[in-house]
Amino acid sequence: MYPINPDRDQLVVSKLSNRFGNAIESHEVLSDMLCITVKKESIQSILLFLRDDQELQYNFLTTLCGMHYPEKEQLGVVYHLHSFVNNHRIRIKTVTELNDPKIQTITTIWPAANWMERETYDFYGIEFEGHPNLKRILNMDEMTDFPMRKDFPLEDQTREDKDDSMFGR
Amino acid sequence: MAQNYYTGYWAKDIVTSQEHKEYNTLNVGPTHPATHGVFQNVMLMDGEFIVSTEQTIGYIHRAFEKIAERRPFYQITPLTDRLNYCSSPLNNMGWHMTVEKLLGIETPKRVDYLRIIAMELARIADHLVCNTVIGVDSGALTGFTYLFQDREFIYEIYEEICGSRLTTNMGRIGGFERNFSAKAWDKIRYFLKSYPAHLQEFENLLARNRIFMDRTINVGSFSAERALAYGFTGPNLRACGVDYDVRVMNPYCSYDEFDFIVPIGQSGDTYDRFMVRQEEMKQSIRIIEQALAKLDQMDDKETYFAADPRFVLPPKEKVYNNMEALIWHFKIVMGETDIPAGEVYHSIEAANGELGFYLVSDGGRTPSRLHFRRPCFIYYQAYPEMVTGNMLSDAVITLSSMNVIAGELDA
Repeated sequence: MYPINPDRDQLVVSKLSNRFGNAIESHEVLSDMLCITVKKESIQSILLFLRDDQELQYNFLTTLCGMHYPEKEQLGVVYHLHSFVNNHRIRIKTVTELNDPKIQTITTIWPAANWMERETYDFYGIEFEGHPNLKRILNMDEMTDFPMRKDFPLEDQTREDKDDSMFGR
Repeated sequence: MAQNYYTGYWAKDIVTSQEHKEYNTLNVGPTHPATHGVFQNVMLMDGEFIVSTEQTIGYIHRAFEKIAERRPFYQITPLTDRLNYCSSPLNNMGWHMTVEKLLGIETPKRVDYLRIIAMELARIADHLVCNTVIGVDSGALTGFTYLFQDREFIYEIYEEICGSRLTTNMGRIGGFERNFSAKAWDKIRYFLKSYPAHLQEFENLLARNRIFMDRTINVGSFSAERALAYGFTGPNLRACGVDYDVRVMNPYCSYDEFDFIVPIGQSGDTYDRFMVRQEEMKQSIRIIEQALAKLDQMDDKETYFAADPRFVLPPKEKVYNNMEALIWHFKIVMGETDIPAGEVYHSIEAANGELGFYLVSDGGRTPSRLHFRRPCFIYYQAYPEMVTGNMLSDAVITLSSMNVIAGELDA
């Protein structure tokens, strides 16, 4: 378990709410980590603020990954930040509509986001606006699908030699 | 930036010169003996010097994150084996601990210590491969062939613990599938006795060797600020001088009870990375010795899994003789025990840095999303910045000193 620090969670939420107001949609503590849902329009400025604020100093982008919510017709991006100074981790979530998946890039804040955003684009089709080199990274360039979306089948659907009902799929 | 030993020119002066130059494109990889894995780099060369380079990755992409969305939790462990296949037990334990965090299982102390022994052995095996390969790339094959007998011995210990060698599938959610055998303990103790001398001998061959130092010092150096911005973790970050170690900062698996040093370097060059890994291997030996001492002091010699019957496989004797146990065994293995809904992020200090698992469960038999934070994937981005201006042979040695593992890079 990561250290649970309600005071610091509260500090992050209040600072973000004061600064960004309505852009902060909700916050909750899941397991051992504070999780904040924000509007995608201000994701870049929120993450920059979290990095540069003297009290918060979330200086390290641990990871970034895509999500797909098929029932809501939304795609999402989840950022994990880590403050080495305060030894505190938070999770920032944001969503975008499936038919117009555009989110601001954060490569300007952390160069580490470059390949992570490319991977997210590759698998979910989320376009990161302002990314210097947004092209596929792990899949082949000719691919047109976004394979981590839930509607993309795991196996070749034309196969007839396997009866899925036997395998609990 | 490296200074050319023969000409005395600084590498950056040579490549930024405005005079007319003829550049060549050099394709290194994807299958090349010098890259030790499936890595492709398309380099723009000015003679022997690298002007720019771009990596192509994904040659062994196996869609683990997608497959994991269709696999019950037990069947995901073999996928984690194949991330960093030089230290599979670390990945396995990291995954088990992630699921335990979601389920809220508290593991007994003895399980923690057994896990620490397995994990530190894996760390030694991984660092050993990396460091001996740095030697190979600088022309010293001896250390490689010499130390690989110890790696082989670690694999024999794995075999005693779990039955397999490279892709181990070691342990279960909640602990281990069986207790360590007497033979395993004998081998671990023998390893602790024999290995430090071998390691020291290997270090004596290289650490103050003029040729090795010339090949590695100031080659592929990286500043701490850039390393943090690029998301470096593990030995590569520590070589730059940042003492971030998940074992110390967010202790898991009772690491807070252990006394060990987090070695750091200064300039983040190949030599520092080599030395940081050397020291980490020695610290791993210390940790295993402490774990053995703690286990010897314990009266309990039999506990090897958490006493939580929901997700821990019943013992084999019961499975064969007891109907309910048999049913539970199948329910767990076939993934018919539902996992509670929730989401957790858990990370461990793997051999290459912070290995993280972001697990989202919607209450079904499989994760609804599983994301691996693979340290290699994140820090390999910085490779062009590290090698531009250096010579081709330095790029090769920089790549091996970063210890980029293709399996972890591509997932």
